[in-house]
Amino acid sequence: MPNKYPLWKNLMILLAITLGFIYAAPNLYPPDPAIQLSGQSGAMVIDEDVLRQVERSLDEANIEHFEGVADGEAILIRLRDKEQQLSAKEVIQQSLGGAYIVALNLAPTTPDWLRSFGASPMKLGLDLSGGVHFLLEVDLDAALATRLESELEDAKVALREARVRYRSLEIVGPELVGQFRNEEERAAAEKAIRAQSQALTTVTNPSQNPLTLVLVVNDITLKDLQENALKQNLTSLRNRVNELGVSEPLVSRQGKNRIVVELPGVQDTAEAKRIIGKTANLEFRLESDSALGERFKFRDGTTSAVLQNTPIITGENVTDARSSFDENSRPQVNITLDAGGGWQMGHATRDNIGKRLGVLFIEYKTRLEKGLDEEGEPVMVPVPFVEKNIISLATVQAQLGKSFRITGLDSQRESSELALLLRAGALAAPMYIVEERTIGPSLGAENIQLGVRSVTIGMGMVLLFMLVVYRVFGIYANIALSLNLVILVAFMSLLGATLTLPGIAGIVLTVGMAVDANVLIFSRIREELNAGLKPQAAISAGYDRAFVSIIDANLTTLIVAMILYLIGSGPVQGFAVTLSLGIITSMFTSIVVTRAMVNVIYGGRKIDRLSI
Amino acid sequence: MKELKIYNFMGPSRAMMVVSAVLLLLSSVSLSTRGIHLGLDFSGGTQIEVGYQQPAAVETVRAQLVDAGFDGPTVVHFGAETEVLLRLKEIPVVDQAAVQSEEQQPDIGQRVVAALSAGGEQIELRRVDYVGPQIGEELREEGGLGMLVALAVVMLYVAVRFQFKFALGAVLALAHDVILTLGFFSVTQMEFDLTVLAAILAVIGYSLNDTIIVFDRVRENFRKLRKTQAVDVINESLSQTLWRTLNTSVTTLLVLLALYIFGGELIHNFAAALLFGVLVGTYSSIYVAANLLLLLKVSREDLLQPVEGELVDDLP
Repeated sequence: MPNKYPLWKNLMILLAITLGFIYAAPNLYPPDPAIQLSGQSGAMVIDEDVLRQVERSLDEANIEHFEGVADGEAILIRLRDKEQQLSAKEVIQQSLGGAYIVALNLAPTTPDWLRSFGASPMKLGLDLSGGVHFLLEVDLDAALATRLESELEDAKVALREARVRYRSLEIVGPELVGQFRNEEERAAAEKAIRAQSQALTTVTNPSQNPLTLVLVVNDITLKDLQENALKQNLTSLRNRVNELGVSEPLVSRQGKNRIVVELPGVQDTAEAKRIIGKTANLEFRLESDSALGERFKFRDGTTSAVLQNTPIITGENVTDARSSFDENSRPQVNITLDAGGGWQMGHATRDNIGKRLGVLFIEYKTRLEKGLDEEGEPVMVPVPFVEKNIISLATVQAQLGKSFRITGLDSQRESSELALLLRAGALAAPMYIVEERTIGPSLGAENIQLGVRSVTIGMGMVLLFMLVVYRVFGIYANIALSLNLVILVAFMSLLGATLTLPGIAGIVLTVGMAVDANVLIFSRIREELNAGLKPQAAISAGYDRAFVSIIDANLTTLIVAMILYLIGSGPVQGFAVTLSLGIITSMFTSIVVTRAMVNVIYGGRKIDRLSI
Repeated sequence: MKELKIYNFMGPSRAMMVVSAVLLLLSSVSLSTRGIHLGLDFSGGTQIEVGYQQPAAVETVRAQLVDAGFDGPTVVHFGAETEVLLRLKEIPVVDQAAVQSEEQQPDIGQRVVAALSAGGEQIELRRVDYVGPQIGEELREEGGLGMLVALAVVMLYVAVRFQFKFALGAVLALAHDVILTLGFFSVTQMEFDLTVLAAILAVIGYSLNDTIIVFDRVRENFRKLRKTQAVDVINESLSQTLWRTLNTSVTTLLVLLALYIFGGELIHNFAAALLFGVLVGTYSSIYVAANLLLLLKVSREDLLQPVEGELVDDLP
């Protein structure tokens, strides 16, 4: 039978379209403005009591709210009016004080039945939602310099222990350069240093002085060092960004040495930068036997311990910390100190075997407190404070040196978290802001409006054009085009793609280009009709012959879109994503869906003429 | 039965070649003498957009900034009289010392707003962009590289799917479009930012689309028609695809026009680049790509062999 799809094929197409509608639907429900509240530390319980307090303060300020939910860790409370969001935040912050992080948020209003399908709306990019974007560059050269310095210290110790004399040993650029009196001493020095550190390799240069020893950090160590510097910075950034009270912050790596931080809804870049620019630190202190000393809480807030007043070493002496397993496959953390730190640690632990050694994690934080401004009006002022928590308290089993380990950890999760904290507290490589973009909230809202308007108008004109040019077949193309838009939005929501302004431009462009396949097919059908084919045969020949051209043309465009994705960043990638997805969905709707419609209407019966 | 009207597209091929050559020359001259007005993405620097309640005078704004100690600011209207775009030399670096001393340091955005609202105006800080010099330089390199890679991959694809002469025709047509669009930005001195680069790559995609459709027809007709003259085959193919070419161009231009007029200032240049590129791309798929096929003396034999070769290659 000509021009008939089997039933299963029609059903599959219907299913695909239905799914498209379901997953696109959440975007129709505008989110409620909301306030999110969480604790400064994870140990705080945010329950119904806190919620009642929040609700009371909102009532007092005449701010309409509804559906407040407390889940023990955070509260999400919805507001009626977006205009009141900022004042609601202030009101709550004032009534609850600095121990809580209050953030603006948007609460989805997706109905339950849609949510049961796992459907959720598209995420909005910063250019549509407003907020701050930072691109930070981690100074890997500085990380290398720090490493070289500790290698230099270690090398000097190694030479002293091996009783090798040297004229000089110093850092020159990225190299460690030693001068010796004779070749024997040089050889002995090389042996001693290399035996002590696996991180260094000798550079041999035929033209160099035979009494000079040049060492560089080898490639594996260098790569490792860079990876760690980046990971360390990422970890500490994530910790710090959480403090800012942003509902959905993004901290992610970009390329070899960069980190992207996106803070939707944040406008005060000065505050954001101050918090981002801060570093954490570590202190190793012995437990105090007497009441003399300072009492610190554990990081999880459960218990506390008294530690001596003076630290043995600080984070600056820690070069590395890694989680691994001991000989009995129990989790442990291996810590490496630099030479100076190793010496200090050995000295301090020699007479204290059996005592406990604590590690303090020090964070520089900010909390908002009530204060008065110049006119005596109450305002929330940021007050910096230092938070010190114990992250480890372990018994010293033997005299500790340059490298030692902490055992007795309960799980691998605990050991990797401890290693992470130790590294985050150790001196990380410095970071610099290389790109910063702040988009005001009104500009974001305006961008959405402009985007929606241009999609609507552009699409309207295309629909009209197709109707005029291809009449009845134009209707099929138009239905396909509208479905294309629905399926494209569904795909983007399902993939969790972020919608940006260039992304909207990509959708607009897709709308214009998506009809191309139908134009090709319909032109071909017209041609075949003109060439004398009967309508049924013309339909079939038109679809078949146009197919190759459509695939060729779309594949090449897809290739270009992928290149665009690879070289672009942020918003441009958004454009590339919508363009590629649009090409794929448009092939489905303009070839398969229109064919199914045409088949259902014309298939299997005698037709004299087509309205095309 | 209607007979398709065959237009003699290749009749004025010489004249069109001269037109293309002149346009290419003009673009190159403008690019080398006037250059391109690079946007913040590529040049690096600080750019701030502020919104006023009433129309703002550019001169007054500039004077206010200079008084507040900003060095050589550039001030222009952005889309509307009430929107002002400022380019500044200052960079909003994090001051390590200030971080350590825990001192609240006013941000550049706040400083600008403070300076401009000194006279009591209501000013809204709409956006602040800072792009470091190294980022701009990298983007310039990556952008150029991206275009070259796109052209190379396209050439490879067309060479495999069609034949080398077709690939050369397609790529030269694309290069033609890219150079003319760049030339358009050089002549008008419109700002060339990251979205414009994206638009140019989209132009490559669009123009290629057009060219491939024409080539597809040329290939089909070479196989089907017994005509020996390449000119006749190309003329017939172009005539057959003419309506499709025009209709698709019209729908694309319609949406781009909507984007250009209603899309807002931020994607104005993006839409302009695409509008110009789509026009040039439509022209080039007829008068550059097809013309080059003629010049390269494309023939039936060119298309018959590679298809057999392809089949052989596919064997394990």
